[in-house]
Amino acid sequence: MQPASETLAARRPGRLTRIAEPARRNFADRAWAALLTILGVTVFVVALFIVYALCKLSAGVLRHTGLAAFVLNSQWDVVRDVYGALPFIYGTLVTSVVALFIALPVSVGLALFLTEMSPPGVRSLISFPISLLAGIPSVVYGLWGLFVLVPVLRTKVEPFLAATLGFLPLFRGTPVGLGYLAAGMILAIMILPTITSISIEVLRTVPMSLREAALALGATRWEAIRMAVLPFARAGILGATILGLGRALGETMAVTMVIGNSPTISASLFAPGYSLPAVIANEFAEASGALQTGALAALGLILFAVTLLLNIAARLLVRISTRGPVRGAA
Amino acid sequence: MTKTRVALLSSLALASAAFAADKMLITGAGATFPYPLYSKWFSDYNKLHPEVQINYQSIGSGGGIKQITEKTVDFGASDAPMTDEEMAKAPGIQHIPTVLGAVVVVYNVPGLEGLKLTPETISGIFLGKVSKWNDPAIARDNPGLKLPTANITVVHRSDGSGTTYVWTDYLSKVSPDWKAGPGTGKSVNWPVGLGGKGNEGVTGTVKQTEGAIGYVELAYANQNKLTPAIIKNRDGAWVKPTLESVSEAASKVEMPDDYRVSITNAAGKDAYPISSFTYILVYKDQPDPAKGQALLKFLWWAVHDGEKTAATLDYAPLPKSVVHKVEGTLKKMTVQGKAVLATSK
Repeated sequence: MQPASETLAARRPGRLTRIAEPARRNFADRAWAALLTILGVTVFVVALFIVYALCKLSAGVLRHTGLAAFVLNSQWDVVRDVYGALPFIYGTLVTSVVALFIALPVSVGLALFLTEMSPPGVRSLISFPISLLAGIPSVVYGLWGLFVLVPVLRTKVEPFLAATLGFLPLFRGTPVGLGYLAAGMILAIMILPTITSISIEVLRTVPMSLREAALALGATRWEAIRMAVLPFARAGILGATILGLGRALGETMAVTMVIGNSPTISASLFAPGYSLPAVIANEFAEASGALQTGALAALGLILFAVTLLLNIAARLLVRISTRGPVRGAA
Repeated sequence: MTKTRVALLSSLALASAAFAADKMLITGAGATFPYPLYSKWFSDYNKLHPEVQINYQSIGSGGGIKQITEKTVDFGASDAPMTDEEMAKAPGIQHIPTVLGAVVVVYNVPGLEGLKLTPETISGIFLGKVSKWNDPAIARDNPGLKLPTANITVVHRSDGSGTTYVWTDYLSKVSPDWKAGPGTGKSVNWPVGLGGKGNEGVTGTVKQTEGAIGYVELAYANQNKLTPAIIKNRDGAWVKPTLESVSEAASKVEMPDDYRVSITNAAGKDAYPISSFTYILVYKDQPDPAKGQALLKFLWWAVHDGEKTAATLDYAPLPKSVVHKVEGTLKKMTVQGKAVLATSK
């Protein structure tokens, strides 16, 4: 059990930063501070350079097509130099949403089970294979998806979904196997370790006193989790979700192998689609001519923008929801 | 401490020894398709001439063309000939054909072997107009075979590739609809179908999907024991894709001096119609005296002795007529203005 003041200090790191002040005179300290500043700025500079290089490469095609037309056009025809990014943006978003839809409940449930319910022996037994999942190269996920998951989806899962949930346009059409659903499911497995392990760390920071207080008030275990633990951990779990989403948006190899690589937009999750990273990986090596290279760079820029926008949105969400637990706890 | 120092010194000594032995490193980059053969050639040649070491990076034809244009490598390699636009950026470049490749049609219909397809049917399938296995267009040419009612699933390459270039070049030649529609390119706008990454991606998808049809490299199909379809060629004969029928496609073609010629849909009774050359790209006048000389000698060796090992790795060797023409081209090539191979036989 931690004293309340310590938890408070840990949650508000801003209060502690000034401690460094008196040591400023020391040369080693100053050198250290300078080094850290350089390292910190480097990341920013590298990101800027990437954006600059992408802008420079894609300037030609964006002038040729126009930014709005490039984003909104759904035709991608290299032979005739017609470039539209919409199917790729759509595919990236749909597969990521499917992945989150599957991975989030499983990950949070798993994290809750491991921190709140399971006996300590079981915890290490289960968390070890989860961390192992994070270390598998994505091409292995892709191959496994192509040879194991896709046939199961085509022969079992998709016909079942069509029979039970076929009234939704999401689950209509011929079961192909390769498509949004396959890509989303592979991504779900890939982001599961990220979300789970961070959620576990977050749940561990929930003060024991909160749980005990809830239990002392007569709450059941489920009520204690719902009313005391989850509201406290909400921001952290959201952060974990953002990291998972980031991986899902940028994943290339595994998605390329199972999404079907067809630049079309379909409402059905069974249909083959395409994603931004996949088309870049597929076409960049053999791209001929400035326009195609530029168009692929522009797709990279769009992926950058999509990731940035989603991150900003998620940060706002965190900011809004961190006000939550105070209200909830009170 | 001492250990590291010793390790450092010995590695330095090794490095300087490598330089001292007067080894020459020739670098190349480009197509992935001929890479297995080229790496065998380079190691064979290195055994004969230990002073010449050739380093090849199989980064793709596009990358090979870019690098030889910028002269960051000594030679490039490409499956598709360079376009006029690309040629203009690399004045003095010469295509040297090395071996032949072919694209074969593979399919997955249980119990169906020896499927025969006409060019019209193939383009119909890939345009999405022929969508059932028991379509009259297929049934007409396969009277003895039992065709299922299943839908046809088209599988194509999703990555830009020379294989797709040859395939679409063939389809454009045999079908006006294809020419006006998707056209010819390393990546095209496919009317129907699923995209698989690489030969292995297409093969994997075809194997997984009953009723699927796709196209892969001949060498890849042979090594993986895939059953290819039999194609009707320009002379109306049914031809199986074999190394002989592929070489045959190159033997009757009228060869221009820059070798930039498409041999898809070639004439000849025994010619397999979906064949193509793969090229090494070098500058006609080599800037570096020692390297240039070694490179030209290697090319001479490759089109003579090298061709003999091609078939063992499932590449079709150049026909005699083409070898003869390449000899003439190599003899005319120079190192800093001086011919090197003029007297070679």
